Amino acid sequence: MEPTQVTIDIARSAVQERKTTALALAEAHYARIQKEDGQIGAFLTLCKERALEQADRIDRMAAEGKPLPPLGGVPVAIKDVMSTRGVRTTAGSKILGKYIPPYDCTAVARMEAAGAVVLGKTNCDEFAMGSSNENSAFHPVRNPLDLNRVPGGSSGGSAAAVAAEMAVAALGSDTGGSIRQPASFCGIVGLMPTYGRVSRYGLIAFASSLDHIGPLTRTVKDAAIVLRTIAGRDPMDSTSADVPVPDYAAELEKPVRGLRLGVAKEYFGDGLDDEVRHAVESAIDKLKSLGCEVVPVSLPHTPYAIPTYYLIATAEASANLARYDGVRYSYRAAGVKSLSEMYRRSRDEGFGAEVKRRIMLGTYALSAGYYDAYYLKAQKVRTLLTRDFEEAFGKVDAIVTPTSPTPAFRLGEKSNDPLAMYLADIYTVTADLAGIPGISVPCGETKEKLPIGLQILGKHFDESTILRVAHAYEQAA
Amino acid sequence: MKVTEKDVAYVADLADLDLTGEERAGMVRDLNSILDYIERLNELDTSNVEPMAQVSDRYGVDESKQGSERFAYASREDVIEGLRKSLSQDVALENAPDADGTFFRVPKVIER
Repeated sequence: MEPTQVTIDIARSAVQERKTTALALAEAHYARIQKEDGQIGAFLTLCKERALEQADRIDRMAAEGKPLPPLGGVPVAIKDVMSTRGVRTTAGSKILGKYIPPYDCTAVARMEAAGAVVLGKTNCDEFAMGSSNENSAFHPVRNPLDLNRVPGGSSGGSAAAVAAEMAVAALGSDTGGSIRQPASFCGIVGLMPTYGRVSRYGLIAFASSLDHIGPLTRTVKDAAIVLRTIAGRDPMDSTSADVPVPDYAAELEKPVRGLRLGVAKEYFGDGLDDEVRHAVESAIDKLKSLGCEVVPVSLPHTPYAIPTYYLIATAEASANLARYDGVRYSYRAAGVKSLSEMYRRSRDEGFGAEVKRRIMLGTYALSAGYYDAYYLKAQKVRTLLTRDFEEAFGKVDAIVTPTSPTPAFRLGEKSNDPLAMYLADIYTVTADLAGIPGISVPCGETKEKLPIGLQILGKHFDESTILRVAHAYEQAA
Repeated sequence: MKVTEKDVAYVADLADLDLTGEERAGMVRDLNSILDYIERLNELDTSNVEPMAQVSDRYGVDESKQGSERFAYASREDVIEGLRKSLSQDVALENAPDADGTFFRVPKVIER
């Protein structure tokens, strides 16, 4: 067994059966990070002491012959937007450069309660705002499959860590595509659960009505195991839903024959790279050969998703980021003489360019005289986008699309053109707006060996079906 | 041009940002380009469409109830330290850039 190439089940049972130890698995991953991460840049902070303590706890359980929990001894990475008690949590921003949270994010606590060994915190676009990970205030992340290319964003560090075997699984967050798009660029699996499926408690807020926590893994089954671990009602997040959590991994083996898969022409229009189109069409053919029925559906408001998203997400961000005032836990500029100067200079120096751009756009959209024209308008179009899905899901069980219109692009390629960068999320944002779950699963590669992702979207709280379709495809491909 | 330099200054003021001269010029350019793109929303007639603020309003709520009762599932008893213990004073001050052990310290607020 190559210790950094394991799945969750393989790692857990090897530790359970004393073929290896959680300690050895953690050390093997730290050695890999030591060797590889200098050029990739996936991690911002390692928490070795915490990891080895947890590994030791798991090893003692195994030694005593106690059954290990589902993630017992499994080395994982956590996107640096999730609070970790006693471990620096920056959200990729200078303004939180020294922030040490006094409590754990619920999703992280649930991972650790299930036996996971948290190796460290992964790099991301500042406040999860970006599609390339170039907006990190610390350093960009490079795609492990081609160091001249981006890993996608904003969960680029989590995706790169899993793809480069520096963690077995990782948690990321998805507000407009930030789990699925980097998963697609790095050739791994990324799952955005239904809004409300996973508690957001302890997740540093970007856009509260759109933020989702979810897994990035190398197999669909691992995504299923992690989702079950982190899902479920949490009294600390009033938007977390009290809906039963199935055993997703057990449901993977249910047959896909007879499932109706929707294909929407709006996701195959201009701007879709030919190689991506071809790979996704082949994947759909493969699903057809597995007995799925392919049904054309229409999602007519799709072209309005990006503008809707950028109004709602920035409006919510401008409100959420008002808390960074240099008083309680964020960076304060030196030598300030008045309260007002303190706020302004601290925020000016603490936030990066893209974050300021979004705060400005959001503040503008909410300001007197523009609220109805922009923010309220976007909320109404959000209803239309959601109705599109509701109508389509009256006819089909899931919808298949490309995850991203292109494979991973080069560093610097879009960094001076905010709008071009925003369009990288064109196939992912709509699911965030509607609150439906989506998964990206690898479906081949380009001639240049760059991975391509197939996206499968499902009904509210029906992660089981999209996981099942993704799993069937993965096993057949 | 929808957004002028004056608008940028006004919005920066609302957002508690100063922005350098160079940043302001960039912001005028970027906001105009993004708002031009956003303009396409006006192709849609939304006069009879309800706004959607929350995904939760689309599921999981008791449709027969109105107002806050629809979201009864998300409410809890209002009790002191009902869900978790509040942070102690020293823990709450730990991340402060400036504190005196009891309070957050800030520059003088009232000028005279």
